[in-house]
Amino acid sequence: MIAYLQDHFQQTVERFYTHAWLAVLPLVIGLVLAIPLGWLASRYRRVYPGVINLAGLLYTLPSVALFVIMPSIIHTKILSPINVVVALTIYTVALLVRVIADALISVPADVRSAAVAMGFTGPGRFLRVDLPIAVPVIVAGLRVAAASNVGLVSVGALIGVNQLGSLFTEGFTLDVGSIVLLGILLCVLLALILDTTIVLTGRRLTTWQRAVS
Amino acid sequence: MGVIWDYLGNSSHWSGPEGVPARVLEHLEYTFLALAFVCLIALPLGLFVGHTGRGSVAIAGTANALRALPDFGLLVYVVLLISGRLPADLAYLLPSILVLVILGIPAVLSATYAGIQAVDPAARDAAKGMGMTGSQVLWRVEVPNAMPLILSGVRSSMLQIVATATIAAYVSLGGLGRFIIDGQSQRDYSQMAAGAVLVGLLAIVLDLLVAGIQRLVVSPGVTGRFRTAGPRRRPVLISSSQEGSVVPTT
Repeated sequence: MIAYLQDHFQQTVERFYTHAWLAVLPLVIGLVLAIPLGWLASRYRRVYPGVINLAGLLYTLPSVALFVIMPSIIHTKILSPINVVVALTIYTVALLVRVIADALISVPADVRSAAVAMGFTGPGRFLRVDLPIAVPVIVAGLRVAAASNVGLVSVGALIGVNQLGSLFTEGFTLDVGSIVLLGILLCVLLALILDTTIVLTGRRLTTWQRAVS
Repeated sequence: MGVIWDYLGNSSHWSGPEGVPARVLEHLEYTFLALAFVCLIALPLGLFVGHTGRGSVAIAGTANALRALPDFGLLVYVVLLISGRLPADLAYLLPSILVLVILGIPAVLSATYAGIQAVDPAARDAAKGMGMTGSQVLWRVEVPNAMPLILSGVRSSMLQIVATATIAAYVSLGGLGRFIIDGQSQRDYSQMAAGAVLVGLLAIVLDLLVAGIQRLVVSPGVTGRFRTAGPRRRPVLISSSQEGSVVPTT
């Protein structure tokens, strides 16, 4: 494993970076899309079942299937990394939209009333009261999405996208287990880095939690 | 989208050991075999941990650690590790099923113990007060109350297995993943797309099936289906904190 890493250091670093990008990009885009959708679902009761059921349905689809179908829907090339990004964005949105909707629904009514009494209205109240209260739950959802994205990106190696998953296919072709092990370890490392980043960011956004306790 | 039907529309792809029905059947076999083992291991363990409260930290830790591992990597690694020591006809089947079981366990295990632990302590106390023994409390109060969560664990475990079994085609397993892997190596996109659509449909059908079972076996007293349930008064099937226990499909 060490010898492989020495011989292929540059290539492995590049794969690590590509893997990180392919995992993080869907996370960010997914979060940005899921917040307004989650708000809609929490605000309008009629939208809620539709959004939640659609999210559940999308989450049911196996990722390989989604990777393969993508080109025929968005007209990309079969080997394009965009397929992976779009497919994982769909998963991230599907996971987060329910989490965010439920978190917003569970904002206590008295907190909302207090905010209104203090003069918060409309979007200001949403951004400065409802959303921050939902942050811990969103963080929990993001952590799950991040861990799963790192694993799912590696499946992209099956359709030829070059990243840490390529260490699995390479190790299998060469019948060398240590290359596969290296890939697994680097995936776990990346997942740990992402998880720590999300937890720390969440903590910075919810300073009041520590002020109280 | 037309390319998908090119492959499926050809009647010669619907018969023989490499035809669509045979592959669907194979995929179902792997899924149910693995799921049976998962339930056999995870259900008793989850019930034990949930009922006694012993070992819950160890289980949560193991489940989380397993979740961080990339499924595809684990699959390839286990196959490389043990397939050489097995007779040829089992060389790929056994390690693949083993990995499917390993990956399926966390969802059922954590859902079962979380479901048992989340049972209203008042209901448990009332049952004890009525003179129920430990096992009566477990089977007549805790299990029925935890049933929605247990079944949602089984559901996500099953989806995980369906998805990972697809990838396992890469390490020579049969099933619907064959169309995707073979299509890829033959540069036949229509075959790949057909495999993707079929496996997606299979996942949805199986998911609906378990959802149906869930409606049948969960007591109406637990789901609150007696009352009108709007979004704000939904029965707590999966609380947001347990949402994290749903394992994403691979």
